[in-house]
Amino acid sequence: MEVIVISLLNGLVYGMLLFMLASGLTLIFSMMGVLNFAHASIYMLGAYFAYETSHWIGFWPALIVAPVLCGLIGVAIEVWGLRRVHRNGHVAELLFTFGLVFIIGRSVQMSWGMLPEPYRVPALLDFPLFTLYGLQFPAYRAFMLLVSAAMLGAIWLLLKRTRIGLIIQAALTHPDMVASLGHNVPRVFTIVFAGGCLLAGLAGVIGGNYQSTEPGMADAMGPIVFVVVVFGGLGSLAGCFIASIIMGMVSTFAVVIDASMADALRPLGLTIQANDLLGEVLTVPVARIGALLPLLMMVLILLFRPRGLMGTRDT
Amino acid sequence: MTRRDWLPWLILALIAAALPWAFYDWSHHRQAGFVVGMLSQMGLMTILALSYNMLLGQAGLFSLCHATFFGFGGYAMVHFLNAAGDGMLPVPMELMPLLAGFASLGLAIVFGSMVTKQRATAFAMITLGISELVATAALMFHHFFGGEGGVNTDRMINQSLFHFSYASGIQVYYLILAWTFIAAIAMRLLTVTPLGRMANACRDNFERAQFMGYDPRTVRFLQFSLAGFFAGIGGGLYAITYEIVTFDAVASPLSANALLMAYIGGTMVFPGPVLGAVLITLLQSGVSLMSNSWLIYVGVLFIAMVTFAPTGLSGIVVAHQPVWRAGRLSRLLVPYLRLLPAAIASLAGFVGLVELLSFLTIGAEQGKRLVLFGSPVNVASTWPWVTAGALLLVGGIWLVKEARSFSRVWEAVIDDVQEART
Repeated sequence: MEVIVISLLNGLVYGMLLFMLASGLTLIFSMMGVLNFAHASIYMLGAYFAYETSHWIGFWPALIVAPVLCGLIGVAIEVWGLRRVHRNGHVAELLFTFGLVFIIGRSVQMSWGMLPEPYRVPALLDFPLFTLYGLQFPAYRAFMLLVSAAMLGAIWLLLKRTRIGLIIQAALTHPDMVASLGHNVPRVFTIVFAGGCLLAGLAGVIGGNYQSTEPGMADAMGPIVFVVVVFGGLGSLAGCFIASIIMGMVSTFAVVIDASMADALRPLGLTIQANDLLGEVLTVPVARIGALLPLLMMVLILLFRPRGLMGTRDT
Repeated sequence: MTRRDWLPWLILALIAAALPWAFYDWSHHRQAGFVVGMLSQMGLMTILALSYNMLLGQAGLFSLCHATFFGFGGYAMVHFLNAAGDGMLPVPMELMPLLAGFASLGLAIVFGSMVTKQRATAFAMITLGISELVATAALMFHHFFGGEGGVNTDRMINQSLFHFSYASGIQVYYLILAWTFIAAIAMRLLTVTPLGRMANACRDNFERAQFMGYDPRTVRFLQFSLAGFFAGIGGGLYAITYEIVTFDAVASPLSANALLMAYIGGTMVFPGPVLGAVLITLLQSGVSLMSNSWLIYVGVLFIAMVTFAPTGLSGIVVAHQPVWRAGRLSRLLVPYLRLLPAAIASLAGFVGLVELLSFLTIGAEQGKRLVLFGSPVNVASTWPWVTAGALLLVGGIWLVKEARSFSRVWEAVIDDVQEART
């Protein structure tokens, strides 16, 4: 019981973190048709900027400064890079963001070195919030939940209740019509791209000290964010939210399950030894293949529902 | 294909076959191991890049799981070699890479039937997922993939059509060379089959190809499977060369490498990826000895190519062909010479800054001393930083200016050539 409650909370925290990254990615994708491979790299930059800022002026300013820096980088990428390569088609845009992954990754290694940075949780939030069945729940995770919930609310308000949100929504599906009505669609694109990068930066600020701030964090986070976006359905914000929570839960629960497929077969009178490949697949405990599960789920959903959970269109 | 098409291939084959002997160590009567190793790596990477270009260049599919098939062929090869070593697989060594190719073909058919439902962006994402899936599985399952330590084998199985033992690197090099050319010629011939033509059509005009009654999904699927087959051959040769296959052979950096090689070499003409494979392997073995951050140079080169020269290096060469035919190449000589000093200045400034910065964080930990352009540099003083920064800034502005005037000359020359033709 206690394991379930704690895992539920942790899964929620991780899922919301994933959503912060995936929402920006899916917004950018559904609007511009560009998959930003460098999204997880921006997340990493957010964590490093936050580390550097909190080192000099403290964590709370970093919560503002680092995402804004990431947003500015997003503006630079969109205006000077993506618009230029847009002429050469979609694949060129993909390749461009893919090249950015290399450059950002190596630049981070060059500037901060290969080792993890000591980016810590601020002292103000470094206490256990409550104790549940003898297990402590850190206050910082509650803070993460708070930030991501606030972000979710802010996005919703922005998209549904403001004029710019209306234009963004319209530009998602009918960019030509929006342009003919006199709106500056390229600028809307820049705003969305910058906004996505800002969210990724914010995720980096609160995720950098939750996980660890190191040059490998972009590579660790990148694939799972893409899996979330594909699983939820390309271009669907609601599907993205559901997929983030599911993936968060799956990743956290997998760690605590020590059973294997062979255990499920045992009541049927089958005992399986791990002495060949099939036996190994059947007897490996779920906890050990936790990292594999989200990827497997993605493959399964592609087999049975290629558009993803709530996707509305093919590419 | 006419005889003129074959001639460059023949010359290239002869050069590749003769090259190890140019570095032969006559005083000790042995091959230069480093050179043979590097040439073998070039052969392997050529197969990888060419087969990748079946997707990126010929079918317009941006795949990120190509190393999956390369690596899977490698793993399969290790198990084939082990079986042959136990006397259970009486297949001559020369034909073994074909078996590895078939193993990868099987995997490519399975994955291909899933991923080719989509194209463009979704295709790229799904292949990324597949690549991660296989790479993660390779670390977890020990029977086939050997976990983190990988699986190893012994290539001396004493089954050869020509009674080679494959004990020395040079024999393996010739095996790689032969297979590289077989694979390259097969892939070249594939481009002129209806399948190759339809792949181009689906790349250029998806709706029209559909309208003409072809199913682009089938075309994508066939192209994807065949690309996997050739990558598997490369992977099999990789296993023969190194006698060990680890998780690195299926991991995403190798897929990214395939992409970099194909794109930098040029995807629009068939031999482009060969150029890329040779160049990147040279950079990898040469520059990585001198610098910690060779990958950032490759990354910047790649971004520059995507932005300014989407046809790649071979595309730049091809663009000069009409000018050369018209005999106007000499008009471009002076503008090129004018570009040169600006390019050298900004390049030196950039390299200087990158090396200084990366030395500060990475090199210093390794206890090395920084040597830039042949002279030792003190990282703590401000002068190297100021010089490099100024070089980059001034060189960059100069380069932009020269590039503008160059593109004016270029357009004038192209106009001239076209006028002369009509």
